[in-house]
Amino acid sequence: MKTVEEIKAAIEAAVPGARVGIVQNPSVSGQHSLRLAPECAVAVAQFLRDDAELALDYLSNVTGIDWPDKEITEKVKVAHRVIETVDGVEKTVDETIEETRKRLEPGCLEAVYHLYSVAKEHGPVILRMRTIDRADEVELPSLTPIWRSAEFQEREIFDLYGIVFTGHPDLRRLLMWDGFKDHPMRRDYREPDDFDYEPTAHDEVLRRVKEHQMASVQQEAGAGQ
Amino acid sequence: MSESQIHASAIAERPEGWNRPALIQPSGDGELLEVAMGPHHPSTHGVFRMDVALDGERVIRLKPVFGYLHRNHEKIAEGVSYLASMPYTDRLDYICPITNNWAYALAVEKLTGQEVPERAEYLRVILGELTRFQNHASSIGFLIQEMGASGTPLMYAFREREKILDLFEKLTGARMMVNYMRFGGCRVDASPAWLDATRKVVAGLPEFVDEFDNLLSSNEILMARTQGVGVLKADLAVNAGVTGPMLRASGINYDIRKVDGYGIYNRFNFRVPLGDHGDVYDRFMIRLLEMRESITILEQALKDIPGGPIMDPKAKLRGFRPKPGEAYGRIEAPKGELGFYLISDGGPNPYRYRIRPPSLINLTVLEDMCLGHDVADVVLIFGSVDIVLGEVDR
Repeated sequence: MKTVEEIKAAIEAAVPGARVGIVQNPSVSGQHSLRLAPECAVAVAQFLRDDAELALDYLSNVTGIDWPDKEITEKVKVAHRVIETVDGVEKTVDETIEETRKRLEPGCLEAVYHLYSVAKEHGPVILRMRTIDRADEVELPSLTPIWRSAEFQEREIFDLYGIVFTGHPDLRRLLMWDGFKDHPMRRDYREPDDFDYEPTAHDEVLRRVKEHQMASVQQEAGAGQ
Repeated sequence: MSESQIHASAIAERPEGWNRPALIQPSGDGELLEVAMGPHHPSTHGVFRMDVALDGERVIRLKPVFGYLHRNHEKIAEGVSYLASMPYTDRLDYICPITNNWAYALAVEKLTGQEVPERAEYLRVILGELTRFQNHASSIGFLIQEMGASGTPLMYAFREREKILDLFEKLTGARMMVNYMRFGGCRVDASPAWLDATRKVVAGLPEFVDEFDNLLSSNEILMARTQGVGVLKADLAVNAGVTGPMLRASGINYDIRKVDGYGIYNRFNFRVPLGDHGDVYDRFMIRLLEMRESITILEQALKDIPGGPIMDPKAKLRGFRPKPGEAYGRIEAPKGELGFYLISDGGPNPYRYRIRPPSLINLTVLEDMCLGHDVADVVLIFGSVDIVLGEVDR
């Protein structure tokens, strides 16, 4: 089985203009992955499936991941030019001040594909694709035309994450019903507060119990006299 | 795209794509009967619907509709600790809770690099193969039941399943919701008495398989109903990600126990049964043959099981926080490849917890297998896929 570096080199040699990056996995599993630019993904996938040596004919698993916008707080040293008056003479002095800055790292949605080879019995080779952002530009190319096993799994991701897979032959919600509007697996999804409040009889029953008890206590008191 | 319709229009306007079967044109006046099989239909093994368009008795289109049992297991698991999801995995494929535990434990062990002691590996194999045996026995029983043989084969299968569930109960305290495995081992050790009881049950299993075989394999009605029905071609099976007995019935030699050799499976001698035709009969036969292979593995494992600890001494149950990273672990569950994909951000809960459900993905080709057959065969073809809705809808 080739390493991810070798697979990357093979892809770049075979598919002109393919942009492939390597995503290192720090865990002990050692399953590193390849990040594909969406525009070349279908061509790369076709190559991976049809290449005689790799022969990744079996797409096992398709996963959606949500990476929300991240606010990063960092301390930055900023050089200022300050005009100071020393002994009546104006001078420009460089000063470095530490500033805390916040910047927003834009989030995205990601689709991860785990590929194996049934013919060569090796794998996994992991492909990843990212959308441009989480709100409007959520299109990724569908790999269902290459591997049919993505059909339901991409539908599931479309349903639960809202990634629109262009080129999917039958992109509909899979698990949620058709009239449903949101995407429940997103990290910022909140369950709608839409239940109908219907008061139960508890208060009424309690009031009557109390009345009943009061009445019986009074009755007993009356009988004792 | 946002306002998609499921009912009649989806059946009528079936989109075309690569590697899909050609549409069958209705004969005669072209009038179709649209039938919703399910969600409450005894053959759907739970709540599942197939919108079928019929030309007389012939199936012209078929759309599976999912989600009736959807509870977003993956989202729930992202909100709780790693260990807290272990009992919940029992509820995925509730016929085979042990293998669900195993797949999850294997994925976490890949993520953290924990070692599993030898005795625990043997216990996993013993329980895993018992699970496979009772799953195959009852799935054959259900298939024959749906064919109209009401009672007998299913009761024979459940008689054996009962013995195996009793063993589960003695060991884990529960018949089905076992919650047995832990990251780096198993929860409780098996006593010598339990192992003896298991040996006794396993010694009786070959007789049951022979009985089942004699009862069913050469039955004329079964052969007439299943041979040549629901044929799945090998290249489509691989391309559509079909796994497990269904893939092997189409003649593809791919058993993850052999390919990955996870756990200690490469120590055991067993064969991988393969089919020629990929029809319902082959799927039935492969399951029957796999039951025999499971007995072989069980006999070897019960002979060789060593003493020793059942948990990795370094394993932490409380305050368990894997280092950032990700891992995909998969096993050969009775229904196919069951995988767990975990992403850790260093916290106590998984950042992403994904299940690769074999039951759902094996249904990708349901329409392909059913087109052109009679509506009565749909029930058989669907039964031969062997699904559990708890895993399909998650």
